[in-house]
Amino acid sequence: MEWLDAIIQGILLGGLYALFATGLSLIFGVMRLVNIAHGDLIVLAAFLGLAMVNGTGVHPLLSLIVTVPVMAAIGYALQRGILNLTLGRDILPPLLVTFGLSIIIQNVLLEVFSADTQRLKAGALETASIAIGDQIAIGWFPLIVFLAALGVIAGLQLMLFRTRLGMAFRATSDDHRTAGLMGIDNRHVFALAMALALGVVALAGTFMAIRTNFSPAIGPARLLYAFEAVIIGGLGSLWGTLAGGVILGVAQAIGAKFHPGGQILAGHVAFLIVLVLRPNGLFPRTRDR
Amino acid sequence: MSEGSAAYRVERGTRASRYGALVAVAGLAVLISLPFWGGRADMRTIVEIAYYLALAQLWNLLAGYAGLVSVGQQAFLGLGGYALFVFAMNAGVHPIAAIPLAGIAAALFAVPTAFIVFRLRGAYFAIGTWVVAEVYMLSFAQVSALGGGSGMSLPAAVVKGIAQGRMWRESAIYWTGLAIAVGAIALVYLLLRSRHGLALTAIRDSEAASGSLGVDNFRTKIWVYIVAAFGTGMVGALVFLTKLRISPEAGFNVVDWTANVIFIVVIGGIGTIEGPIVGVIVFFVLRELLADFGSWYLIVLGGIAVLMMLRAPQGVWGLIAERFDLRFFPVQRRLVFDPASFSFVADADKEGKPEP
Repeated sequence: MEWLDAIIQGILLGGLYALFATGLSLIFGVMRLVNIAHGDLIVLAAFLGLAMVNGTGVHPLLSLIVTVPVMAAIGYALQRGILNLTLGRDILPPLLVTFGLSIIIQNVLLEVFSADTQRLKAGALETASIAIGDQIAIGWFPLIVFLAALGVIAGLQLMLFRTRLGMAFRATSDDHRTAGLMGIDNRHVFALAMALALGVVALAGTFMAIRTNFSPAIGPARLLYAFEAVIIGGLGSLWGTLAGGVILGVAQAIGAKFHPGGQILAGHVAFLIVLVLRPNGLFPRTRDR
Repeated sequence: MSEGSAAYRVERGTRASRYGALVAVAGLAVLISLPFWGGRADMRTIVEIAYYLALAQLWNLLAGYAGLVSVGQQAFLGLGGYALFVFAMNAGVHPIAAIPLAGIAAALFAVPTAFIVFRLRGAYFAIGTWVVAEVYMLSFAQVSALGGGSGMSLPAAVVKGIAQGRMWRESAIYWTGLAIAVGAIALVYLLLRSRHGLALTAIRDSEAASGSLGVDNFRTKIWVYIVAAFGTGMVGALVFLTKLRISPEAGFNVVDWTANVIFIVVIGGIGTIEGPIVGVIVFFVLRELLADFGSWYLIVLGGIAVLMMLRAPQGVWGLIAERFDLRFFPVQRRLVFDPASFSFVADADKEGKPEP
């Protein structure tokens, strides 16, 4: 029963990891950009939520009404102002620019909010749970996070395959030159993709801040979890990313059962095993060209 | 065509490289003699400059030439540091002699590591190397024989075994630092001038084209990765011989051993040997200037690196080299035309026979 409990908690944790990874997966799919600052943007969103909650006293989930559009606007500006300039055949500029941004965001957060660990208080929601039998209880909050991940991914899939914007995303993903010839403004489409990705990041960052302690230094670890979920699931597949997040979450939960320090290590090792056995991930749709 | 062959010759050396070599030899002689007239603090700073220079050269070899953008070189730095402690404390090897052994240990770890990370390409390779470095860090934190998460210190007896007297101990470490920096530059320079260097440059310019011309891209890259791990492991051993204390956090630190190095190379100029040298100077000057401003130092450094990448991706050295046509480490062959035989080209034009 203890193990079943660990696996259930791991699956729910996987929902959070899938939310971390969705933005990364989306922007890779649309513009082949790997954003090394992704984890630090998650932490930035968490601190925005913290500032909102501390400033106005609203419930953390209500602060999303502000943080999601703010992060989306930051995403649009970031892509339009900086990242679009780095896209091209050479992989070095986007990689090194986002790496620089990662270090900048971390240290600005350190200057503004200090190195203290923080937490968003969500009141009764933090401890409310549904009891299943005597030994297993599912927390309402982890369940909400998991359902939100399902909802976000289903919504993105609908958007990608049912709307004109989704068609533009898929067209630029397949061949941005031809898409440009057909009247699509790639710079605008890329910026919209980044805005959407950072909107999801705002959601992920706020959930993370309610679930665990956070500090300016934890961004890179979130980037690695997100990256691992994307690679385990297979490039370009959003449902695969969800599966990757769940596998990572379960591996971490099982690792924690074996050894108190084994949680993160077990997640990384699960990723490396998948990489050795299935280099393209479990459900690949896009090849890294 | 016999006339044509006399019209040009292939040269590699430049005037700058010949004079530069003279200045470098003189400068090196001054640096070698520094323990006899300089201060302790100067020696420490120069060792630090030396190991950052070596790290920058090695990272530049990986990213600037082989196209392997690694964000996980701290893996080999930490491995080298730990290897030094194990060799010196448990096997009784002389600490200076343990430095090359630590390099070999890091290279041995690089082989299985390469097997895993080479399954990822481009940007994904970058993050994959980072994951592997984290795995090494978390694993070393679990080994209680190596001090676990809190690390360990080098015993005084081992430190005293380096040489008789404090002055000679510090000088020995100082000279080793100089040797590693000069060795790293020489390694990259000689490698690039060899046929492997030609293969590397071809891979950098176009992987598909170099592959079709018979270059074994994969093999060349694996070798570069292992050589860089060897060098980085040696630097790691030197770093922790100067610090006398190692922990997983310090040994596998991404900011100290990779972020700083990337900034040095990007600011100095990626894909040149001069670039990391210029970058290391900029880095240490900035560090002195911003010493009192805490984390602003990294914000400014990151900002400059981002700006350089956007506005001048060839770096500070690239700008200088373009402006003054300077090359201190010529690795490319250049055609030099003999002015006297230019008439041959003009004659061919008159006769209306285009050269094949």
